[in-house]
Amino acid sequence: MVTNITNLGRSGLSDWLIQRVSAIILALYTLFIVGFLLINPGLDYATWSGLFAQTWMRIFSLLAFVSIAAHAWVGLWTVTTDYLKHTAIRLAVQTAIILAVFVFLVWGIQVLWGA
Amino acid sequence: MSTLQVSIYRYNPETDSAPYMQEFQVETHGRDLMVLNVLELIKEQDSSMAYRRSCREGVCGSDGMNMNGKNGLACVTALSDVVKNNKLVLRPLPGLPVIRDLVVDMGIFYKQYERIQPYLQNDEPAPAIERLQSPEDRDKLDGLYECILCACCSTACPSFWWNPEKFVGPAGLLQSYRFLADSRDTATRERLADLEDPFSVFRCRGIMNCVAVCPKGLNPTRAIGKIREMLLANAT
Repeated sequence: MVTNITNLGRSGLSDWLIQRVSAIILALYTLFIVGFLLINPGLDYATWSGLFAQTWMRIFSLLAFVSIAAHAWVGLWTVTTDYLKHTAIRLAVQTAIILAVFVFLVWGIQVLWGA
Repeated sequence: MSTLQVSIYRYNPETDSAPYMQEFQVETHGRDLMVLNVLELIKEQDSSMAYRRSCREGVCGSDGMNMNGKNGLACVTALSDVVKNNKLVLRPLPGLPVIRDLVVDMGIFYKQYERIQPYLQNDEPAPAIERLQSPEDRDKLDGLYECILCACCSTACPSFWWNPEKFVGPAGLLQSYRFLADSRDTATRERLADLEDPFSVFRCRGIMNCVAVCPKGLNPTRAIGKIREMLLANAT
C-alpha cells in the first residue's frame, strides 16, 4: 500500500473510476456540441443563448465542467508523480494545478448562470 | 557475408567513468544462432564481457536483455528474429541499475515481487492429505503460473521505470493475480486492500509493452485488468 495525499479520490480505484466516468461524460458532451454546431450552420446569438438558457443544458454543461475538473486533476496528478521527483516542486505544481482547476470551475459556473 | 556486427553496452564501475558501446565482429558461418551463442563467441574474444546465463533454453530467466531495442531472453531469441542490416545491439535491461556490462541489479524487481506475497495463504485447518481444487479452478491459473521472473516485462514498462519503488510492475502483478485467482487462497481481501492505492496497480496505463516482450507469451495486462475488476467488485 502506497500512501497518497494530493490525488483526487484518495484511492487508486476511485481515481481510476472517476477518470473513466468523466471521460464518457466529456465524450458525450463533445459529441453533443459538435452535433449542435453541425445542424445549426448559420448559428446566431439567439439560438446559442437559447440553448444555454434551458436548465437541462446548464446541468449537462455543469456536469461536463465538473468532469473536466476531475479528469484534469487525476490526469495531471499522474503526470506530476511520474516526472517531478523533487517533493517540494511536485507539491507546488500540484497545488497550482488544483487551484487552476478550482478557478476554472467557479468561472464556468459564473458563465453558465451569469448571463 | 556471414560476419555479424555486434555492438555491446560495456560498463565496469571499477575502471570506467562512464558506460560505452563496444563493437565486435562475430563469424556466424551463416548459421541462425541464438543471441546467447553470439555472446559466447564474444566471450571468447573478450573474456571480460559480463552477462548472466544458466539453462540456455528459456527456463531459468537469467539472460534477459535488450536486443536491438526489444527485451527478451538471449537464449531463445534467434538472430533472424532481431537482426536488421546485419547489426545487433545488446544492452542491459532498461531501468535497473547496471552492476557490470549486461548484468543488472534486480533488487527492486524482487522487492516488488516479495511485496505481493507470492505464496499460498489459507487460514482454514489443513486437510489430512492436500487442499483439493476442481479442474475448472485449476484452469484459472493457466497463463499465470508459467512466469519465470526474467524481468523482461517490468523493465519494458515506462510506469515501472518512473516509479519502480511504488508500482508493482507487470511481473509482480501477474503473480499477484495468480494468487488472487487461486481457489485455495483465503487472503483475497487482504491482498486487494494492499493494491487499491493509485500506484501499485493503477499506475498501469495499459500500453501492453509487457505483453509484447514476454518470452513465455504471457499477458500481464489482462491479469492487471482482472485485478481491477476484483477491486471494483470488492468495493462499494
